[in-house]
Amino acid sequence: MDWTLIISRAVEAGIGSEAIIYALAAIGLNVQFGYTGLLNFGQAGFLAIGAYAIAVTVATFGLPFFLGVGIGLLLAAVMALLLGIPTLRLRADYLAIVTIAAAEIVRLVVRSVALSDTFGGTDGLQAFSGSFYDMNPYPPGEYGIPPIIGFDNRSMWVLTVGWVLVAVASFILFMAMKSPWGRVLKAIREDEDAVRSLGKNVFSYKMQALVIGGVIGSLGGFIFALSRSAVQPDLFSTDLTFYAYTVLILGGAARILGPIVGSMLFWLLLIFIGTGMEEAVNSGAITFITVNQVGAIRLMLVGLGLVLLLIYRPQGIFGDKREISLDAR
Amino acid sequence: MHAESVPAGKTAALKAFEGMAAEPGVKKPDPILVVDNVVRRFGGLTAVNVNHVEIQRGSITALIGPNGAGKTTFFNQLTGFDTADEGQWTFNGQNMNGVSAYKVARQGMVRTFQLTKALSKLTVIENMRLGAQAQRGENFFRGLIPSLWRGQEDEITLQAEELLEQFKLDAKRDDFAGSLSGGQRKLLEMARALMGKPELVMLDEPMAGVNPALTQSLLGHVKNLRELGMTVLFVEHDMDMVRDISDWVIVMAQGEVIAEGPPDGVMSDQRVVDAYLGAHHDAPLSAEEEERQLHEAEAELDATLEKEVKE
Repeated sequence: MDWTLIISRAVEAGIGSEAIIYALAAIGLNVQFGYTGLLNFGQAGFLAIGAYAIAVTVATFGLPFFLGVGIGLLLAAVMALLLGIPTLRLRADYLAIVTIAAAEIVRLVVRSVALSDTFGGTDGLQAFSGSFYDMNPYPPGEYGIPPIIGFDNRSMWVLTVGWVLVAVASFILFMAMKSPWGRVLKAIREDEDAVRSLGKNVFSYKMQALVIGGVIGSLGGFIFALSRSAVQPDLFSTDLTFYAYTVLILGGAARILGPIVGSMLFWLLLIFIGTGMEEAVNSGAITFITVNQVGAIRLMLVGLGLVLLLIYRPQGIFGDKREISLDAR
Repeated sequence: MHAESVPAGKTAALKAFEGMAAEPGVKKPDPILVVDNVVRRFGGLTAVNVNHVEIQRGSITALIGPNGAGKTTFFNQLTGFDTADEGQWTFNGQNMNGVSAYKVARQGMVRTFQLTKALSKLTVIENMRLGAQAQRGENFFRGLIPSLWRGQEDEITLQAEELLEQFKLDAKRDDFAGSLSGGQRKLLEMARALMGKPELVMLDEPMAGVNPALTQSLLGHVKNLRELGMTVLFVEHDMDMVRDISDWVIVMAQGEVIAEGPPDGVMSDQRVVDAYLGAHHDAPLSAEEEERQLHEAEAELDATLEKEVKE
């Protein structure tokens, strides 16, 4: 068993682009679900919008990269508005139904044959990240702490931008949640009628939460597209949303650091278990499964872990049990 | 002040009602709220059908009636939590029909709820701060810059602490509202409503579920609102309380206002006695109704029996 390899892969996953993407997706969900109590089950759709906005703007239309970023942020906000207007006046479950459907619509539109000239169909789009990597200040070479951590200069650039985005989003959220604005959101999570009776425009606050959460999700989409230099529609299926919820619940909802630590730990454990089992099978330590089965078993273990987490620590790592909306008092 | 002197607010309120005819829809000298022809139907049931009602400014008015009289529905309509099928009402001369609940509250018409809505996962002081109106920090972008709202927040906190002291909740300042007793939650909800400096305070069964020790204190607070120049409209079942604190009583039954008058007079009114005792709301009013109720009861029995047999 090559423990250096196992630990190295796990640590790299814990601070890598995957962790950033899911941290951003979960920070968005934290605004919506953690603080406001809105069930957005379509976060994958917001990431898809961010990723495809860059890809289509640059690869299909040959327009500047930063225009794509702007379009991505704008479209994420527009999508949140479109979803919110009909559903936010209704019960929470309607938002869940509509968002999950909307995310699937986004995915099916970008993978459709009819629009493959624009979105590239099931193959997706490539060759749009050139101007992003042209801005890379890191000279070519290996960076990190050998033998555990090693990234090339391209990854370093993505990671730098990604973690800065995570830090900025978290800082803004931290300030917002300390403010009277955050107090209104937390109050809405508990009882909207009480908040209404105190003269607050509940609909507007829920809409703001939906938009802010969706826009932060689209930042995750940017990193998703740039870290791979490619986008494919099926990467934005509902699994992504549910992993993001897992990350949020693992770290602790309604906590600023919850989604960040949740995401790092989620990927660290997932890769540690996966690589560990592969290594164990290869070295003959485990004989009753094959390497091909490791992927499935890894996910079963994640599921089991989540079940145990919800039973024994529903508030996650950082959460305050008195404050989460998961418990029914 | 002499211990037995009648407070100024009460004297003024009683004077306003002096010599007023005790009949439904009677005109008041200075109404803060005027309601005309408000109707609310749920399917075939007319829950509320109020022709004309005025609420006198600066008074404590009780809204009473048997269960199912439509008091809470009426309350919900006036405060924008439910829509009226017909009719209109004005608050301080402004039309309020179709105005959403949060705007009603901003206008100065604040309500509490029958089932207390203290926000149990916020602390007592945060609950109070939430009640203040026009907070600069409640805008997302301004909220990000504390220097823009800190000053106002400090003012709000001072106001909140004063109210908490008045309501004897100051010891609970930093506790989660969920840890309060039922009566304390009622107090908190009332105190929180006052943070918005309302003109008309509407209390939906303020005494429900409050232990007798706290009742007196709650009554005192309600009377005090009148001294502070506020108007109070409250729904209540407890007749002793109604007699004790209200200047004027409005009686509803089957969605309509059937009587109005000073507390002592109205309780001996034959229509009121009938509404409470004679014409109980469960009793069938016609032969068809009786038939229908019988069928319902039978169907229910059958269903239970079937379930038991299955099990």
